[in-house]
Amino acid sequence: MSELFAAIIQKLPYSPPFLFVDEILSADENSIKGTYKLKKDEFFYRGHFPGNPVTPGVIITEVMAQIGLVCFGMYLNSTSSPDGMDGKVPVFTSSCVDFYSPAYPEQTLEVTSSKIYYRFGKLKCRIECHNRDSKQLICKGDLSGLLVNKNELK
Amino acid sequence: MTKDEIKAEIKGVIEPYVIQKELLDNLSDEIQLIGDLKINSAHVVDIVLDIEEKYDITIDDESINKMNTIGEAIEVILEKMKKD
Repeated sequence: MSELFAAIIQKLPYSPPFLFVDEILSADENSIKGTYKLKKDEFFYRGHFPGNPVTPGVIITEVMAQIGLVCFGMYLNSTSSPDGMDGKVPVFTSSCVDFYSPAYPEQTLEVTSSKIYYRFGKLKCRIECHNRDSKQLICKGDLSGLLVNKNELK
Repeated sequence: MTKDEIKAEIKGVIEPYVIQKELLDNLSDEIQLIGDLKINSAHVVDIVLDIEEKYDITIDDESINKMNTIGEAIEVILEKMKKD
C-alpha cells in the first residue's frame, strides 16, 4: 500500500471496534477501491444473530461509507490539506442502497466508489460492495457525506 | 425572467427537500432555506446543483454563502444569468 493510502487510514477518525478499513487498493480523482475483512469475532455478530452470524446491512453500509466517502474525501483533499481530518468530523448525510446477497464472518468486502459530484464540501458517490473472492455483488447504492468542523456539531 | 417567475420555479426545485410542505405556502424573500424551511445543509448543495442545471449557470463557493434566503437566491440567479 502506498504511503499516502497508509497515512489516510492512519488518520481516519475511527478506532476498533468501529474501524472498517483494512486497505486502500487504488484511488484517483474519480474513484477509490478498498477492502475490509470481516473478523470472526466482530462485536455485532454476538447479537446478529446468536449462533447464526450474519453481517448487518447497516455495517455493510458503514464499510461502504468509510472507504467510499471518508477515505475518498481524504484522498481528494490530500493535495490541498494532508491533515484533512484535523478538527473535522465526517457527517453521513444520505444513503440509498440495495442489498443483493448476505455477507458472513471472515469474508473480505471489496468496496468500489465512483464520484457523482464533489461540490461545496459535499461528496456524493455511487458505491458497490462485492465479496472480494467470489466477486458476488453484496450491496450497491448512492451515499453522500460532508466534513464539518467539530465545533459546528450541535 | 422576472423575480416572481424565478421564485415560482425555485419553489418547485426546493419542494422535494422541504419536509413540512405548508412552509412553502407563503414564500417571502426573507424566508431562510435552512432556518425557516428546515432544509438540511447537505440538501442545500443538491438545490444549488439543481438550480445550476435549470438556469445553466455556475455557482461558486462565494455565491452559495450568499444564498441564505429566497430573496438572496433569486438575486444570485439573476446576477449569474446576466454574466453567463
